[in-house]
Amino acid sequence: MNASRRDFLRVVFAIFRKDVRNELHTKEMVSSMFVFAVLVLLVFNFTLAIDETRALDLGPGVLWVAFVFSATLGLNRSFTVEKENQSLSGLMLAPVERSAIYFGKLLSNLVFALTMEAFVLPLFVVLYNLNLWEILPASDLASFSVVLFLGTLGYVAIGTILAAIAANTTMREVLLPVLLFPTAVPVVIGAAESTRLLFQEDPLSNPWSWIRILFVFAIVFIFVSWLVFEYVLEE
Amino acid sequence: MFGRNGAGKSTFLSIAATLTKPSSGELLYDGKSLTELGERIRHQIGFVSHHSLTYPDLTVEENLHFYARLYGISGKIDQALTWADLDLRRRSPVRSLSRGMLQRFAIARALLHEPRLLLLDEPYTALDSLSAERLSERIVDLKNETTIVLTTHDIERGVSIADRMLVMEAGRIAFDSTRGTTKEIRHVLIEAQETSP
Repeated sequence: MNASRRDFLRVVFAIFRKDVRNELHTKEMVSSMFVFAVLVLLVFNFTLAIDETRALDLGPGVLWVAFVFSATLGLNRSFTVEKENQSLSGLMLAPVERSAIYFGKLLSNLVFALTMEAFVLPLFVVLYNLNLWEILPASDLASFSVVLFLGTLGYVAIGTILAAIAANTTMREVLLPVLLFPTAVPVVIGAAESTRLLFQEDPLSNPWSWIRILFVFAIVFIFVSWLVFEYVLEE
Repeated sequence: MFGRNGAGKSTFLSIAATLTKPSSGELLYDGKSLTELGERIRHQIGFVSHHSLTYPDLTVEENLHFYARLYGISGKIDQALTWADLDLRRRSPVRSLSRGMLQRFAIARALLHEPRLLLLDEPYTALDSLSAERLSERIVDLKNETTIVLTTHDIERGVSIADRMLVMEAGRIAFDSTRGTTKEIRHVLIEAQETSP
């Protein structure tokens, strides 16, 4: 590994470590994301009166709506922290390519979102009366983990760059969802559809075409963000 | 560097720190263009802006560790804390520091990677006279090791520590002298104010 790549990775992990430490001090991001996700699950559970059979059809959509909405809260916060004492300028002074900031932020946003999902998923199973072990055999459970990871990665990848754009505006809290929801539609549909196909007991249902779409979108979003991040910061 | 509000002092420092790209012209560092030198040049630049560029919820020590990691250095934290007189506050969140402490801390943070060029944007702002005096002493100590570019509205204090004085007006150098006096600088500033539209 050459020196500049090593420096790049050092900055990525320094930002990730700093964000985790900041979160351990404040406990703001993951807790608010968790509470919001639980509220969404509760609201849908009561308003749609979902029983066990309907839960297999509607549950995946509800689950991803909860994930996506609460992840947006975290994304909004991730660059607001950097604006408080203009510490984003401090990051920009680091002697590496500025896309390292994007990857550092992407990593911390991804870890925070996956942590929130790990806490929300058991509650979803209980609230919607689903026996995940019965619905998903071991192989499908692995596929479901892949869907969770790729869906979250794709959403957070585009969300991180849009959060950086929104953070430079006066209406940042409003602007992020307005930009993010339409752009991330393919990821949300892909994630919800593949989860639904996995939940169905039909052996012929194949979620892998959707999983491939999730993979492609995650790669495209990361690649485009890597290309444009420096310009986003300069603007 | 002196100048009225909006004269371009902070913009100049921001360009020199590579945070902003100039809309025209170029800035040379050791005869080479900043854009040519790329990101590696940032190893040689320390920048203190109006803001502290720190994380208020992290402790003083955690902030310094983070910046040390950004620059790939280790073992300078204790030295920086001693320089800033913050040994006893190392585990305090940055949010709890006074304005004077925060300013010393911001400079210690900028000095962590031993830059050859230190850019200080109005470091005396909001400091009481004792804190400003202590800060001046530290800046004078640093002059032997580092090139310092400092902007300030405090003409007396600026003149007392500077080796070269510049007055900036509307993005241009209106005065440049190694032996300028408080009176001369004040005169240039008043003149600039009277002739400005």
